[in-house]
Parts: sequence; structure tokens; C-alpha cells
Amino acid sequence: MDSFTQRVLDGDELAAARLMRLTDDRIKGYDAYMRNIWRHTGNAHVIGITGAPGAGKSTLVDALIYEYRSKGKTVGVVAIDPSSPFSGGAILGDRIRMSGHSNDSGVFIRSVATRGHLGGLSVSAMDIAAIMDAMGKDAVIIETVGVGQDEIEVAAVADSCVVVTVPGMGDDIQAIKAGILEIADIFVVNKADRDGVERTVKDLETMLSFTPRHRYNWTPPIIKTTASEKSGIDTLYERLEDHRSFAMSALKAEKQQARLLHAANGIIKERVFTELFHSQKLSEAIKNERNDPYTAVEKIWEQCIISTGN
Amino acid sequence: MAKVRILIAKPGLDGHDRGAKVIARTLRDAGFEVIYTGLRQTPEAIVSTAIQEDVDAIGVSILSGAHNTIFPKIVLLLKERGVNDIIVFGGGVIPDEDIPFLKSSGVSTIFTPGTSTEDVVKFVNENIKPKHAA
Repeated sequence: MDSFTQRVLDGDELAAARLMRLTDDRIKGYDAYMRNIWRHTGNAHVIGITGAPGAGKSTLVDALIYEYRSKGKTVGVVAIDPSSPFSGGAILGDRIRMSGHSNDSGVFIRSVATRGHLGGLSVSAMDIAAIMDAMGKDAVIIETVGVGQDEIEVAAVADSCVVVTVPGMGDDIQAIKAGILEIADIFVVNKADRDGVERTVKDLETMLSFTPRHRYNWTPPIIKTTASEKSGIDTLYERLEDHRSFAMSALKAEKQQARLLHAANGIIKERVFTELFHSQKLSEAIKNERNDPYTAVEKIWEQCIISTGN
Repeated sequence: MAKVRILIAKPGLDGHDRGAKVIARTLRDAGFEVIYTGLRQTPEAIVSTAIQEDVDAIGVSILSGAHNTIFPKIVLLLKERGVNDIIVFGGGVIPDEDIPFLKSSGVSTIFTPGTSTEDVVKFVNENIKPKHAA
């Protein structure tokens, strides 16, 4: 093993932060390091936190970090925010709610922009979570943007998935439409000091009773929190630990396999799009085929198969 | 796809972050990734954040008058932690006569009131590149 990767595995912040940058920027040679990193993953409790923008995810993560630290556990956080589709820039502001941990060497927070990754969890975000796992963090929290496909994907790759909602976010039909009932291992009704919290909890309970049994014979608990007051966080921690014990015994191998597959799928897509079907090549092919996208793709596809000798 | 990453930091006791937010927004619209710390950060916290985020630059906004203490402290802490590839620049209500001292302490440039946002973007474009990018 090279000394740089060894430093990351030893938990060196400078080295880990640098590898995250190389990986996020896809700087030539980053994959050689990531090969070793991925082999050292699977030890952390990977927690996905998802829910609509404004539900209080970052504040909840902040409160959770305090809870984990009070139990002597180290924490990594991957905080994902959207890139502007127009400028490609991003304002990554999740840290504002987590600034109390800046001087705690047991906490590593990294902000990640979606960078044109349309929906879902980018390979970069997965890689960064993997680095935190490999550097020895006890818990790795992935905080998603909270819109679209990323909720479903974080549920697939996290050991435990927490769905955050708040009172008055819309009626029960909204929750059914959003498809959140099937993905949560734990529900959090945050901002529980607001009116309507009992109604929201009741709605969730009713809908869960109609939802086909949770895949793994686990009944998702519903927890009321007021993250800004750190209220209900101890209960959330306990339920997360319950789910961890459950997940570690019943599904750890399956979850780790799901993560690796998800990463592999993302890597394939990246390579196919950057190397074979990049937009300039596609545009030219479409033009050559007089605006027929099917034939354009077919032509490029055939060239690829011929060039790989199959 | 390498992107410039900039930490916008707000140290000290003043709570006026309109300027910091305008700059954050401007830099985002110019295509950069901006991490904003929020108010009342210590130099230690700013440097730790800059390291974890592995940014290319720290833009510090100060309106409290503590610039002659805080800027050199940030530069010093970066050095102490073995970081030599993060540029420090700043803005705020800073008297012209203090600027030579700040620059000699390792601050790249200082933007004073009245600076146009275009000037800030121009500075970033000309002076700050993503690390490692070819």
C-alpha cells in the first residue's frame, strides 16, 4: 500500500481531505487510491438522512453528532447540496448548522455539490462516505439534498435510513406520492413543538399500517424531535442503535453489497458517458444521422463493440 | 471535472453577514463552489473547516475592526497545520492604512466598501485555480 492511502486509513485529516478532493474532481490517478479505500470499508454504521428541504435535516444531523460524541463515537458527515444547473456553482451551507463541531477532531464534515449529477446519489458522494468509513469513523451520516431520486438511493446504500418530515407539510396523500413510506427505517417528525404534530404522527401510523410489511420484518418507529432544542435526539440515537444491531446481524452483508453495486453502477455510467457517449460525440452523430437519435446511438454503440473486439 | 472551492468565513463578533452572503451568491453564479461557515467563527474553526473541505481559498469578511488580529492568525494557523496551498483574501470595513500590513502578513488581497462584485469574480478567476487540475 502507498503511504498516502496509509495516512488516510490512519485517520489523517489532511490526507483524507485531499483524497476527497482528488476524487470529487476526478483528478487522474484518484481511482488507484479508491481501489484500496473501498477494500477497507464496511465497518462504519452508514446512516442516510433524507427529507424535504426545510425539514431540518442539517439541524438534526448537528444534534445527532453531539449525541454520538457524548457516547464517545466518532462521526463523519457527507452533506450534499445542489449545484446550480445554470452556472455550475454551488452554495454549500449545511455546515452553518453544524459549526459547533469545527474544533472537534472526532468529527469530519465534508460538503459535496451534486455537480450536474441528475438525481440520485453521485459516485463522488459514495466515494467520500467510503473514505470516512475507511478512515475509521464509527458513524457515517449522508445528508441528502432531499429532492427526487436521491432519497430512494440513499435508502438502498445506507445501513439505516432516517426520513425527516415536519407537521403541516401536506396531507397523507403527499407522503404516499413521495414514496417515503417504503424507504424509512426510522421516521422523524421534526419541529415537534409546532401545532399539528400529533396529527402528522397519526397519519404516518395509519399509512404505515396499510403499507406492505417492511422488507426485513422491521417496524419503523416514529420519533418526535425538536432538533434545534436537542429534544428527542436521545430516543433517535437509541432507535438508530436498535436498527444498527438489527441491520448488522440480518443485513450487513447485503447492505455492503448494495453499496458496492451502487458505486459500480455509477462508475460504469461515468465511464460510458465520459469516454464513449460524451455530448459532443453524440451531437455529431445525431447531426450525421439527420436528427435520428436512435440510429446515432446505435452507430456509436456498434463502434464501441467493434473496438473492444467483441 | 475540477471546480474552484472557496470558504467564505465570518469571524469575530459582528453579526453583519449581508456582504458575506452577497459574495457567496456572486461566486456561485460565477460557477464556483462556495462553503459558507455562518456567523461568529474563531480563526481555529475557520482553518479546521478549510482543511476538512480542502478549499482553494478562504474569503474572510470582517466588519468588526479586528482584522489586524484575525487575518494574521488565520494565516499562521494554516502554516502551523502544514497547509501551504490555500489563498487567504478578505473584505469589509478596513482602513486603507491597514492594508499594507495585512498583505505583508500573507493576505492576498483586501476588498473595501464600494468594490463591485465583478472585481471579486475577476480576482478569483485570475488568482485561484482548483488544486491539482491540469
